[in-house]
Amino acid sequence: MSATDPHHATQQATDQALHRTIEAVWRIESARVIAGLTRLTRDVGLAEDLAQEALLAALEQWPRSGVPDNPAAWLTATAKHRAIDLFRRNAVARRKHEELARELEALEQTSPDLDSTLDNTISDDLLRLVFIACHPILPADSRAALTLRLLGGLTTDEIARAFLTPEPTIAQRIVRAKRTLADKHIPFEIPRGPELAARLSSVLEVIYLIFNEGYSATTGDDLMRPALCEDALRLGRILAELTPTEPEVHGLVALMEIQASRTRARITSTGEPVLLFDQNRAQWDQLLIHRGLTAIERAHKINAVRGPYLLQAEIAACHARARTPSETDWPRIVILYTELAQITPSPVIELNRAVAVSMAQGPQAGLTLVDALASEPSLARYHLLPSVRADLLYKLGRRPEARSDFVRAAALTLNTRERDLLLARAASCETDPINS
Amino acid sequence: MRFMVIVKATPESEKEGALPDAQGLLEMGKFNEELIRAGIVLAMDGLHPSSKGARVKFSGNSRTVIDGPFTEAKELIAGFWLWQVKSLEEAIEWVKRCPNPHASDSEIEIRQVFEMEDFAPILSEEQIQHKVAKRAQLPNQTANQ
Repeated sequence: MSATDPHHATQQATDQALHRTIEAVWRIESARVIAGLTRLTRDVGLAEDLAQEALLAALEQWPRSGVPDNPAAWLTATAKHRAIDLFRRNAVARRKHEELARELEALEQTSPDLDSTLDNTISDDLLRLVFIACHPILPADSRAALTLRLLGGLTTDEIARAFLTPEPTIAQRIVRAKRTLADKHIPFEIPRGPELAARLSSVLEVIYLIFNEGYSATTGDDLMRPALCEDALRLGRILAELTPTEPEVHGLVALMEIQASRTRARITSTGEPVLLFDQNRAQWDQLLIHRGLTAIERAHKINAVRGPYLLQAEIAACHARARTPSETDWPRIVILYTELAQITPSPVIELNRAVAVSMAQGPQAGLTLVDALASEPSLARYHLLPSVRADLLYKLGRRPEARSDFVRAAALTLNTRERDLLLARAASCETDPINS
Repeated sequence: MRFMVIVKATPESEKEGALPDAQGLLEMGKFNEELIRAGIVLAMDGLHPSSKGARVKFSGNSRTVIDGPFTEAKELIAGFWLWQVKSLEEAIEWVKRCPNPHASDSEIEIRQVFEMEDFAPILSEEQIQHKVAKRAQLPNQTANQ
């Protein structure tokens, strides 16, 4: 049978279609399967390994037997069989896990659907899985990789390509993360009381990290990776349903929906970034903006002090509501940045607030705030500080000073396109009629 | 990828004042909840029967308005979802889990939505590997816009 044999080609196409179907089933079901197995085995690393073995079995058997009616139940049952085999074979483990093995065998007798009909249990298990994958004991990079793997259903290769990182590096991160969770006996539970806020904050940090990995160009020729933004949005939306009474979760989802709404307008066809005020707002995705505003409303219905993600979302919403840059509600943005600066003070937020103040109250008011940041050590190499200062000086007619700050900003940025823009602005300071 | 998932009409759903039965509504409600919990729903809506709608026919410069109702119920749309999933197969798997939207035989159609990536350049494998190598050498700097 040659490669060009039509029967062979048809068989290949069928196999590929089935493969994609199995991948789709995995994306839909894997998080739940892993969460349920983690509850049974009390070991998230083992649970994931068992689930992977079940997937391999599916890839082997389903081409012949067809996709089962309840794929999640099939995967879970297969994984449980493997777990029992494993405990039987490993005498030492069996002594330790005798009770567990007996429990599993007892569950074997029950209907495979029993576990999956208890909605609350599944939601709780998923939430436990979220918290353990995002545990602060793990480095941020590892949390992100583990979350995408356990909850996003991505393969190691997909994660590697999404982060533009070699595959073995990601594989190692995941292995080490699982080992750390096991060694430190991190419990599979939903944090309670005062611990909950900090742990939730860690989860939101991971999801936003994944989003930003896809959203922000960090170097000159980096392109956006929208697929990663979609993964982050999906994780955020899932979390919003698992923790509907947490306003910061809705805040983060709102922020991501609104930022993602600008995807089409943010880069040119050749992959160069377009600044917010230069974007063609007709290309902003109104569906996502609507979803973002709805998420903000949802957060507001929960009576609580506004947190940082909700505030950032509200700032993004101000821009999203303005049909043109001149319609932007700058006084409102000033209020929001002031509130944000109070709960999470940072020089970058102060700089953003200064920009908003300059738009609401004029360039001199903004310049006063910017000058107060001149000696901030963390902003010493931040190109946006001299860039903003230069823009304000330009608006005040102080062209020679503006020029030198544009040049300084251009020297600090790593982004080639941005450097060109800043140098062009520096040049315009010299050719401006006011100077001649 | 985005997909529009279209619930086709039936002669019964086209009848004026027709409402789905309580059990059907309950099951569809549960399915919608599952979709939302999976984080894949972007939008969803049901449509009134075509008796409340109209058509406009285009021919050269002429425009002709035709009031509903329209025949050929199974070619009409009764409702739709917009989903964000990774493949057509994923959309199909979710539709397979959907309860029958109507009391009688019915059909759901799945169509892919045009997106930016369909018009923008795609990174080749070589470009991806090149970026992987370059990224490994650079410090991190985030710009927000």
